[in-house]
This record gives sequence, structure tokens and C-alpha cells, in this order.
Amino acid sequence: MTATPQATEATEAAPTIVLVGHGMVGQRFLEALAERGLTATHRVVVLCEEPRPAYDRVALTSYFSGRSPEELSMTDREFIDTHGIELYVGDPAVSVDRAARKVTARSGAVFEYDTLVLATGSYPFVPPVPNKDATGCFVYRTIEDLLAIEEYAKKATVGAVVGGGLLGLEAAGALKGLGLTSHIVEFAPRLMPVQVDDGGGAALLRTIEEMGLTVHTGVGTQEVVVDEAGAVTGMKLSDGSELATDMVVFSAGVRPRDQLARDCGLTVGERGGITVDEQCRTVADPHVFAIGECALAADGRVYGLVAPGYEQAETAAATIAADEASFTGADLSTKLKLLGVDVASFGDAHGATEDCLDVVYSDSRAGLYKKLVIGRDGTLLGGILVGDAEAYGTLKAFTGSVPPVKPESLVLPAGAGESAQLGPTALPDDAIICSCNNVRKGTIRAAVTEHSCTTVPEVKKCTKAGTTCGSCVKVLGQLVTAELEASGVEVDKGLCGCFSQTREELYEIVLALRINTYQDLLDRYGRDDARGGDGCETCKPAVGSIIASLAPTIGASGYVLDGEQAALQDSNDHFLANLQKNGSYSVVPRIPGGEITPEGLITIGEIARDFGLYTKITGGQRIDMFGARVEQLPLIWMRLVDAGFESGHAYGKALRTVKSCVGQTWCRYGVQDSVRMAIDLELRYRGLRSPHKLKSAVSGCARECAEAQSKDFGVIATSNGWNLYVGGNGGATPRHADLLAQDLSDAELVRLIDRFLMFYIRTADRLERTSTWLERIPGGLDHVRDVVVEDSLGICEELESLMAAHVANYADEWATTINSPERLARFVSFVNAPDTPDPVVGFVPERDQVKPDLPLLSIGMRTTENPADLLEGSAQR
Amino acid sequence: MTLAPETTDLKIQLQLQDGWLEVCDLTQLVPGRGVAALLPDGRQAALFRDRGGNLYAIDNRDPFGGAAVLSRGLTGTHRGRPFVASPLLKQRFDLLSGQCLDDETVRVATYEVRAA
Ligand code: SRM
Ligand SMILES: Cc1cc2nc3c(=O)[nH]c(=O)nc-3n(C[C@H](O)[C@H](O)[C@H](O)COP(=O)(O)OP(=O)(O)OC[C@H]3O[C@@H](n4cnc5c(N)ncnc54)[C@H](O)[C@@H]3O)c2cc1C
Ligand code: SF4
Ligand code: FES
Repeated sequence: MTATPQATEATEAAPTIVLVGHGMVGQRFLEALAERGLTATHRVVVLCEEPRPAYDRVALTSYFSGRSPEELSMTDREFIDTHGIELYVGDPAVSVDRAARKVTARSGAVFEYDTLVLATGSYPFVPPVPNKDATGCFVYRTIEDLLAIEEYAKKATVGAVVGGGLLGLEAAGALKGLGLTSHIVEFAPRLMPVQVDDGGGAALLRTIEEMGLTVHTGVGTQEVVVDEAGAVTGMKLSDGSELATDMVVFSAGVRPRDQLARDCGLTVGERGGITVDEQCRTVADPHVFAIGECALAADGRVYGLVAPGYEQAETAAATIAADEASFTGADLSTKLKLLGVDVASFGDAHGATEDCLDVVYSDSRAGLYKKLVIGRDGTLLGGILVGDAEAYGTLKAFTGSVPPVKPESLVLPAGAGESAQLGPTALPDDAIICSCNNVRKGTIRAAVTEHSCTTVPEVKKCTKAGTTCGSCVKVLGQLVTAELEASGVEVDKGLCGCFSQTREELYEIVLALRINTYQDLLDRYGRDDARGGDGCETCKPAVGSIIASLAPTIGASGYVLDGEQAALQDSNDHFLANLQKNGSYSVVPRIPGGEITPEGLITIGEIARDFGLYTKITGGQRIDMFGARVEQLPLIWMRLVDAGFESGHAYGKALRTVKSCVGQTWCRYGVQDSVRMAIDLELRYRGLRSPHKLKSAVSGCARECAEAQSKDFGVIATSNGWNLYVGGNGGATPRHADLLAQDLSDAELVRLIDRFLMFYIRTADRLERTSTWLERIPGGLDHVRDVVVEDSLGICEELESLMAAHVANYADEWATTINSPERLARFVSFVNAPDTPDPVVGFVPERDQVKPDLPLLSIGMRTTENPADLLEGSAQR
Repeated sequence: MTLAPETTDLKIQLQLQDGWLEVCDLTQLVPGRGVAALLPDGRQAALFRDRGGNLYAIDNRDPFGGAAVLSRGLTGTHRGRPFVASPLLKQRFDLLSGQCLDDETVRVATYEVRAA
């Protein structure tokens, strides 16, 4: 690759392929060329308009949640170099001379081609309203657009998005994330008019409004209002009203970028798009192909999704290689996570088929809407899912066939009448599992049976399934396991490559044989080839946690950083703090029950001020201080310990918080002292290492202000005592806790929690919360109740004594650490320069505090003088 | 590079362009854990020692997240080769070659390291 493009002669020997546009589809085309060996036999030239090589536009919005342009990149220096591709970044094609078969780039470079491939994508459509180009008006398509929006939003307080489609909602969510009050203006009577129907739109509207976004449907934008300086101040709407806003983001659809093609006389469609045949060859010129969003496919459609573009890229590459391939149209099924809401539509979502019937389940309170379109003969034709798209993968795969269970059972929520879970094993072989990459079930099975893949990552590599939007990965996992089991391979349930036992089995071994070092366990019970080795990052912390949970009983040190144990802990436990994205740490002192004295608050405030830490009240009723350098941790903790604070174990798979409501003492409804109980529980179980983190809460009455039913163990006061709930979870897959026992006295409550927690610690898998554990173990809640309430296994005494040993041996990890110079030795930035702060850890101001300064983000803004530098990024920085 | 574990007062040295840089005492490296070292040109190296006493050094910067934290990752062996998993997003890096095991297109720099 040369840094400065120069006019080059096409050599006789190697025919030249020139690709115009290095977007998502362009990149896939290059990969397809490489896979077919065409990069070896051809000279490949790529003209890339944007200042950076191809990146993941689908995931564009994740830039605002911290993904750097680098992380969004879809290619790297090595791929480009290995395949000898000449990539000219920041140098678009400006004209094509089809007669001479030459492309001219903006830099003046001229490239002769044998085959020209246009993958120029789309441009955002901006309705022709007055002042549409004013300062403060933006579009939402490229990383540069996002950087500009981010910059402008710093001075803005209100933002409006024109267009309530998929991208409009993403843009509005992004504005909200930037701290703006956000409005969405949509001309159609509902949100996402293309993907969902009125019912789905209503469910979506409700959820989106609950997030604090204001939606205006059924109104058009007539004019952007500007001040004397020409900057946006508002918008005039078609209903006569005016909306005050500091910025406007147009997201009113896209149009194919076909100007280059028009200028050189290629045929384009009436509504735009370069007309191509089933091989993606332009109808006007056999030497020219068009793929992706700029192409008008043979079925008369321009596809605005990435999956059909990928298929076109494969088709064009195959055709160039003289292989058979065609693109005759694609499914428009989509599953999206918009502002955290699942929205999916597939097949004939709007019921256009004659005589079709709908099955609808709708709960607008919960923001749920599910519709299936069924043919007269029971064939599943399509559907729409809003709020819960769990069943999308399976439903889409069944589209076009009669599902083996009644359709309504597929949309009803679990627990409501007859809901059925359809395993992917029931799917036919030609069912498409990964629609982004068009991979069928048969191909995935073959990857397991013929190409001997045994894990999801291997199958992903082999078939490309699951490598784009990721929504199919879950089904992929189920298929791989089912296939392995079916082919008689015993599915390895072992913890990892080092141990063939499950976590539960290892726990039993450690407890029964009193094994108190990892090495001993590995050398005696590890897989043959793992014995004597160094273990891995999966089993080390898992075994470290088992040893820590059982420390007093098996005779191990209760301090997790002593001796060999130090090497086992996850990185966060190793520094007794949570690692942040720039390499600094957060500090979370324990604040039992969320109760804190004014002095305590002042101490935390003073410490944070003295060390320049960002402070935030957490969702766990305590205070987090962010941005501590590793060498500052001991200094900070000396002051905290002095003031009586202890480690909050925010870094550990251990008890986090026991939240409380004010309860009987202050609240007019309270029936028990919930604060006292929360503090008692937090102090009892603090420091308890477990398979995953543990959370709890205590509410003073059934109004449940502490949200106890979303906790691993939650307690709600009754006039007769306490109700104990278990297995609750917030997070990605929320679960309401189940009632384990009612009207318990203080002592009964504590005894039951002791047993419950120790039984969980003993039998759960690594990183399995109580919620998933409860769902997985045979017999579920009833079994757990039998064991911990009825003592059906006769182990309750042991469970209680294990907990008693933990409680008796608890010591604050931070106090232990700062009192030992040897233990403090690890808290240095550099072993050879302990007092020099890590220069990579930087901060910039935000809202009167600091935030991490990630130098990486600026890489995206480098100029394109040396495109090689840009590509350098992913490998070396 | 294998050492008898009882060997003491040895120093860990890194090979740089202009010779060996002395970094720390061998005893400062806990088997299975890493430390970071600051190099004269401002770059950082992550040094590791495994259970067998072998030493490794790679660039300290996580190429995915950008923070200089690879020295704080968990180590292990994969198909007989030593690796460290980044504490940020857990990608694993071969300690001998610097190759990322989860993304074949990414590699970090490695350094010659010895105890002398
Ligand atoms: C600080 C805090 C957010 C905030 O600003 O409020 C937070 C921050 C983090 N959460 Fe959380 N969670 C925080 C409350 C919560 C809550 C609310 C609660 O506890 O009531 C939940 C939902 C409740 C639940 O867990 O069931 C929550 C569900 C999660 C999850 C998803 C767990 C799940 O089972 O799905 C993760 C990911 C995980 O653990 O694998 C997570 C992981 C994280 C991590 C540890 C991610 C990481 O590895 O860096 C964050 C580290 C914080 C840090 O560096 O200090 N956090 N997180 C909250 C700290 C509470 C505390 O005082 O300890
Ligand atoms: C925010 C956002 C979210 C999205 N979400 C989804 C989703 O969830 N699912 C989905 O399927 N799709 C989604 N899409 C659409 C998806 O990104 C596109 O379908 C896909 O990027 C199309 O790929 P492409 O290569 O055809 O076009 P692009 O990725 O746009 O690439 C075209 C490239 O060509 C360049 N170019 C144009 N003219 C020239 C020239 N003359 N010379 C050189 N270069 C030129 C452009 O600068 C651009 O870089 C989303 C799009 C956006 C913006
Ligand atoms: S849960 Fe009951 S006692 Fe506690 S604050 Fe709410 S209403 Fe009051
Ligand atoms: S469906 Fe998107 S990656 Fe498989």
C-alpha cells in the first residue's frame, strides 16, 4: 500500500478490480474476494471516501456508549496487507470513464479497471424545508456525523429528531444520552411505520415516552427556525405549533448514492438505485457491478439493511470468480434493540397475504405487543414483536411452515396459560438461523458433524453465523449443544479446558478433601494435560472463590490476596477495586442498608475532593468514587478505614448491598424495622464469596420501596414478621423473586437465609446468579424449599455451620491490606517507577467533575495524509 | 529461561534497542501475575512469570480498550502456550508471540526478557 496515490498502469498480468466505497458491504466484498483467492490473481484497488476504513455502521450508536471508532472498525492493516489490497482512505472516486475503463479519484489519481464495483451506499435524505442546512442541523450516518453531534450537543439543552423510524429512534436515544431533552417528530401516525403496525407502534410509544422522550406523531416539519446568527432555535410543525430546540437531526430516510453512476451513464431506477441483474452486474455495462444500498436489485428493490448487501457482495465476488451465484431478493426481517426495547418484525409482518389471520397478544402496561400472521392452513407467515423478542429466532425460522405447536402458545408470556418453548431442534434444516449472514440450520449442523466444530466460537468462524448483529447467537448455542448430543459426543460439562468437573463437583471435592490450594486441586483433579500447568482465566477465579467461601473450614487464609490465592483472583479482586475503562479504579465503601451519618458523608466528600474523584450515588444505595490511580488506592483507603468504613466488595463476586427502605421508624405504613434488618443482614453476609454477586433488600411493608423482589434474597415485612423471597434479579434478564417462606421471626429468617445462600454457593455454576440457578436445578424452587426448609438432604446443620464459620472469621480486606507493607507492595503503577503515575490514565472535566479521557477516541479524527497510520490502529497504538 | 525457583537476588531485565534494561528483582514477580514497567521512551511493558519460572514480556497497552492494563490480567495456558487475558474485555494474548487468541488480526509487541 502506498501512502500517496499515484496514477498506475494496469499490468497485463493481473486484471484489476476497483472497488468504490469502503463501507460495510464493500468490506464484505473484499473478504469474499480473498476467500475465493481473487486477491491473489487480481490487483485490487479500493477508493474510500470516509477518513477511515470500513466500520460497523449498524453499531454506530454504540459510539455514544463508549465504543471508540477503533472498536467499530471492521478491518485492519493485516487483512489489507496480507491480501495486497491497495486502499486509499479519504480519496473518493469523482468520475468514471466507462469507454476507457478508468476511474479518477479526487486526488487526481487514475485507475484502469477490468471490473468496477460500486458500493457507495446511501446518503441521508433531508426534506427540503427552509433552513435545513442551518448551524445546528445534522444527519446521522457516519462517525463524523456523530462527532459533530457530540460536539454541538455540549452547548445544547434540547434536541429534536425528524423521523421516527429505526434510525430516528436511535438518534433520539443518543441525544438523550448526551443529556438533552429529546423530541421525535414523525410524519406518520405511529413510530417505526415500516416495521410495525398500529398496535406495535402504541406499545413502542408508551415505552419510549416512559424513557422521557417526547414523541410528536402525525405532524410534519415545515421549517427550521434560526436566530440572527443562523443557528437553530426551533422548528415549525405542520399543526401550526412551534417546537423550541437547539439542534435538529434529520433522520427521514436514505437515498441510494448513485450520482457517480448517473454521471457515467449507467441505468438507474426511477426512484434511484443503480439497476443491476441477478448477478449484481449493472444492466448497462458488464464490467460494472453495484452492491449494497446503492444498488437497485433485480427484484426491483433497494435494500436498506446490511444482510441483503452482504449477500450481494458474495454474489458479485462469486460472479467475478466465474462461479454460479445470484441475488434474487431478501427477507426484510429485522430484530433491533432500540433504546433497550426489543423490536422485531419478520416475514409478512403487515398481513398482506390474502385471507390471513392475526394472533395478537398485547399488554400496553408492560410495553408488550406480539402479533403473528397465520395463513388459512396454519402456515406461519410473519409477525411483529415489541417489548420481548425472545422468540424471534425460532419464529422466523418457522416462517413459511406450519409450526408443530399452536401459534398462540408462542406469543403468550411464560406463566400466562399455555406458553410453549419451541426448541431450535424442531426446526427444519433449511430454516435460516442467522439472517445477517444467511446461514441455514443445515449449515450449522454440518459445521458440527462434518467440520468437527464443538463450540460456538468455532461454528461462528466456520459459518460466519452470529458474527454481525449477534441476535442469533443464543439459538446457535442451543443448536451446537443439541447436535453434539445427538451425534453421541458427550457434551463436555466441565468447568473449562483444565477441569472436567462442574463447579459444583469441584466444590464438593474441595470441601470433602479439605483441599486448600488451587495447584493441589489442578494437579490432582485437573484434566490430564492441564495438570502441572498454569490453569486458565476461567477456573482460577472460580476455584479462588470456592476456596474463599470455605476458607475457615478447609484451613485456607481468609484473606484473598495471600500467597497463591493472589494469583487466582480476577483482576478487580486483585486490587480490591473495580477497573475502569482508562485503567483507573473506583472505590466503593460499604454503607450497610444505605444508612450513613452526616460525618460519614462529609468524610467521603472530603476524600473525593482531595483526590479529585468523580462521585456518584449508585443504584445500590451507596456512593461510588471513580478515577483513583492504582497507587492512590491505599492512601484513599487509609482515610476511609480511619473513619470506620470497610470494603464494599463492589469488585467481588460476593455480597454487594442490602438495600432498605426507611420502614417502621419513619414511614407511616411500615410494620417492621427494615433498616435495622438490612444492616444486620449486610453485616452478617459481608465478604461472603459466591459463584456470582449477591444482592438483597428489605422493605418495611408490602409497598416494597426497597425492591426486595428483584434481589437474590429479598425480605418484606409483614405484621407477623418477615417474608423471604429468593431468586430475584434485575440486570439483562430480570426475574421476580419467588416466595420461599412467610411470617418468619428474626432468627428464623436469618437461619433460612444462611441455609439458602450456602446451598446456592455449593451447587451453582460459575457466574450463575440465584435466578438462573433456581431455573436450572432439577425441581427448582420446590427442591430448594425441600432442602433448606424441610432439610430433605439432611445437610442444613452443615450449611449453617459453614455460614457460622464465615461470619466468625470475617475481616475487612482493606484494613488487612493497609496494615501490611508486604500486601501494599502490589499497589504501584510501575514496578520500576512506583511513584510515576501511568500517563495513559487521563481525565477531562465534565459537569464540574472529571471523566476518563480516552486518547484513543482522537484517533478517529486524524487526517488521512497517511492512510497506513489509520489502519495501524487495531494492532498497535 | 527456566530458573531454579530457589535462585534469589536475580534481576529481571528487558532487551531494548540499546541494551538490557534492569526492571526489578525476580522476587517481585508473583507466579501467575504480572507487573508493569515503564520504559525510557514512555512505552510500558507487562512482565509475567509462570509457575515453571519462565518469564514473558509484552506491551502493556490493551489494543482493544486502550488502557495500559495487560499486566493486571489473569494468566493461564491454552494448548500448552502461556497467555494473559485482558482485565478490560477479556481478550487473551499469547505471551510468547503477542498474538491475540480471540482476534487473529491483532497482535501486541513482545520483548526479550531474562533474569540475570
Ligand atoms: C455503580 C453501579 C451503577 C450506578 O452508577 O449506580 C453499577 C456498576 C456496575 N455494574 Fe451493576 N451497578 C450498580 C447497580 C446495579 C443494579 C441495581 C441494584 O443493585 O439494585 C443492577 C440490577 C440488579 C441485579 O444485579 O440483579 C445491576 C446489574 C448489573 C449486571 C447484570 C447482572 C445480571 O444478573 O444480569 C452486571 C453484569 C454482571 O454482573 O455480569 C453489572 C455490572 C456492573 C459493573 C461491575 C460492570 C463492570 O464490570 O465494570 C459496574 C462496575 C462499577 C464500578 O466500576 O464501580 N451490574 N447493577 C451500581 C453499583 C451498586 C452498588 O452500590 O454496588
Ligand atoms: C445508525 C444506523 C443504524 C443502522 N442499523 C442497522 C441495523 O440494525 N440493521 C441493518 O441491517 N442495517 C442497519 N443500518 C443500515 C446499514 O448500516 C447499511 O445497510 C449498510 O451500512 C450498507 O452498507 P453499504 O456498504 O452499502 O453502505 P455504507 O456502509 O454506507 O458504505 C458506503 C461507503 O461508500 C462511500 N462512498 C460513497 N461514494 C463514494 C465515492 N464516490 N468514492 C468512494 N467512496 C464513496 C461512503 O462514504 C461510505 O463510506 C443502520 C444504519 C445506520 C446509519
Ligand atoms: S416499603 Fe412500606 S414501610 Fe418501606 S418506605 Fe415503602 S411504604 Fe414505607
Ligand atoms: S442474525 Fe445477525 S448475526 Fe446472526
